[in-house]
Amino acid sequence: MADTIAPQPAARRAASLDIKTLGPAIALILLCVIGFLLNPAFLSEGNISNLLTRSAFIGIIAVGATFVITAGGIDLSVGSMAAVIAGVMIIVMNNTIDTFGTGVATVLIGCFCSIILGLGAGWANGMLTTKGKIEAFIVTLGTMGIFRSLVTYFADGGTLSLDYGIRDTYRPVYYDSFMGLPIPVWVFILVAIAGWVLLNWTAFGRYCTAIGSNEAVARYSAIKVDRIKTWTYVLQGVCVSLATIIYVPRLGSASSSTGVLWELEAIAAVIIGGTVLKGGYGRIGGTILGALILTTIGNILNFTDVISNYLNGTMQGLIIIVAVWLQRGDWSRKGRSKP
Amino acid sequence: MQEAAGIEASVLSADSVSKSFGTVPVLFSVSFDIRAGEVHALIGENGAGKSTLMKILSGFHDTTSGTIRLDGKEIQLPGNGQAEALGIVLIHQELNLAEQMTVTENIFLGRELSRNGLLNRAEMARRVGVMLAEVGLDVSPKARISDLSIAQKQMVEIVKAMSRNARVLIMDEPTAVLTDAETELFFKQVRKLKANGTAIIFVSHKLHEVMEIADRITILRDGQWITTKQTSEFTLDSMAQMMVGRELSDFYPPMNEADVDAEVVLSVRGMTTKTLRHVSFDLRKGEVLGFFGLIGSGRTELFETICCLHEKDAGVVSISGVESSHASVAEMRDAGIVYLTKDRKEKGLLMEQGMRPNITLLALPRFIRHFMLDRAAEQKALERGIRRFDIRARDPNARARELSGGNQQKLLLAKIMEAEPRIVVIDEPTRGIDVGTKQQIYHFIAALAAEGISVVVISSEMPEIIGICHRVLVMRSGRITGELTGEAINENEIVRYAAGLKEETFRG
Repeated sequence: MADTIAPQPAARRAASLDIKTLGPAIALILLCVIGFLLNPAFLSEGNISNLLTRSAFIGIIAVGATFVITAGGIDLSVGSMAAVIAGVMIIVMNNTIDTFGTGVATVLIGCFCSIILGLGAGWANGMLTTKGKIEAFIVTLGTMGIFRSLVTYFADGGTLSLDYGIRDTYRPVYYDSFMGLPIPVWVFILVAIAGWVLLNWTAFGRYCTAIGSNEAVARYSAIKVDRIKTWTYVLQGVCVSLATIIYVPRLGSASSSTGVLWELEAIAAVIIGGTVLKGGYGRIGGTILGALILTTIGNILNFTDVISNYLNGTMQGLIIIVAVWLQRGDWSRKGRSKP
Repeated sequence: MQEAAGIEASVLSADSVSKSFGTVPVLFSVSFDIRAGEVHALIGENGAGKSTLMKILSGFHDTTSGTIRLDGKEIQLPGNGQAEALGIVLIHQELNLAEQMTVTENIFLGRELSRNGLLNRAEMARRVGVMLAEVGLDVSPKARISDLSIAQKQMVEIVKAMSRNARVLIMDEPTAVLTDAETELFFKQVRKLKANGTAIIFVSHKLHEVMEIADRITILRDGQWITTKQTSEFTLDSMAQMMVGRELSDFYPPMNEADVDAEVVLSVRGMTTKTLRHVSFDLRKGEVLGFFGLIGSGRTELFETICCLHEKDAGVVSISGVESSHASVAEMRDAGIVYLTKDRKEKGLLMEQGMRPNITLLALPRFIRHFMLDRAAEQKALERGIRRFDIRARDPNARARELSGGNQQKLLLAKIMEAEPRIVVIDEPTRGIDVGTKQQIYHFIAALAAEGISVVVISSEMPEIIGICHRVLVMRSGRITGELTGEAINENEIVRYAAGLKEETFRG
């Protein structure tokens, strides 16, 4: 018995913190090395830029999801929300051509409309969970279905296409670069920095963590729990808007299959990054890495023939499970559990 | 000599047991034994090593050195509560009941009765009914645990242990949440178990209860064995002294004279909710006002309602003569009134967070500069709190969970004081904490009052109400039934009001 002396609590925590903070980074580096060994073109400038751009959508949404999850909530509606926002944006822009032409003004109206919708949808999710006292899982499962069917309805079962005139104006938002980095990557970086500051350096971030840790304690500590929780969903909605704004010019269309499973990828990115699913501990840096890891897996499979590209989901699933298993931190200590 | 005989007769014993967590030693060569049909009390301050010893005796911890004997034979107890199979049952302080299951399902959890492969619900319910009747617990076997009061849950936990034919029952502060009446009932059960030959290890901070129920008493201090003696060889004072290791003079601080003409800082009129019935009272500047009552008399609810943690049906709260229209805890905090909960684990502290985020949480807006958290100011607040309240943590980055109960309570005090309140409501200020820390907290409350801060103390412990309050209000069934001041504050009067034998009429 004497040989199973538990490590000192502080040391143990430091060790597990290291796994939590460094784990996703190590995983990403490993993936990059594997990618490079399988095909040196993986690290070419073009591919890296492509990879980052692709990560931007999920990454931006996942930053919002980090707040929702840290505060003990969950938002399953983000994929459908992105689809319906994209659909309405396209309809609005197509219909304002007559008044404002195909110039920047129309695109700005579209973007404005996207932000308003994101705010509204997030607010609705938030109010239903807090004031309506319905579990977040149920509320967002409901709105997920509503948003998805709305976009199908707007597209009449088909595809909503952006007018070709506007496409030319709008195109640079996705395809152009600024100082060597594509625009979506810049948006991603800005959202990530803003998210990191908000979570770690403001009262709002601290309140999210407190609510996720223990809602009763938060309430007794003079925190306006309902308001803060609603704000996390609103923030999530705005992140979805931003992601949609840079997504629409990519294809210039929206259909019922737009944004399918984005909610799961966003949640996966958050969890891989070390944020605790039941709330109380969140990491924006980890979320960014999580989004990059997910995209990198898909990218590597595209680049090589070792594993079929159709197994993308399998690889992502395995990574998620392994990531969470590693984060549990007690995998090395078997036998007696802690008291 | 006597020791040899003791080991022979003892059911379970620990010989020179030491335990370290990493490099931190918490028990130093402690010996302890328990005989059949005996109640052996284990007492000591928080952090003295009682919990560790209990967990070693029930297999939840292993030892660093030393041996455990069961029936005189050296044994390695299986971990994770599997020692129950050997008849050793530990009742945790945090109750281990499945909240969403019924009383019956909990009691038979893991050893359900079945007939033809299906659960025999009727038989289980019948047996539980008998057991509940035996302990005088008036709940249905079909009641869901989440619908029970804490006291009832505690009794269910005890029934569960008894139903497992425990040979050694280890109870960690079983009476902490029980009322006096419930404690009496509980002790009756303990005596019955004892008569049946069960060995009982009893841990409590309530020394008079230890005196009443224990046959032998072992005192631990700072992980060291201090003494084991027959209860008759102790007095309350000698126990307390040996626990603390110093003279406990000035247990209660000297009280400054209450100024009856001081301004009224808090005035409540006609507070009414589902359980409160038209409650009115005044609180003066620099006053320590005690609220006594039985569990469920509405004391906690009254102050939670005042602090906007609950909705009120009617009633007016005035702060310094100005009628308050505040509707949130934050506004009440800004108006200068804060409430310190009695439930520090569930409502007081973020157990998984460090001390720093905990200490600044209530007053967080004070730690913001240019929209950002001022971590340096937070760090200063932590250092201030540690100094002012003598918070002792093994390392400064310790999570709240890792602090002892007394230190958690001090951390909570430090947390509410960061809001710089003028009125402090402290609910059960010394629940589950040791004698030394209790004394510190009493002195702190007196110091606050001397500074001109008004303090409301809600307590179920009569001696502390009598010892530290200028004035006492007694509540019963959602109403204030009595008011006692100065010399009139005595046990007899308080009990008569609390039990409903005497009542004054208060008009709003």
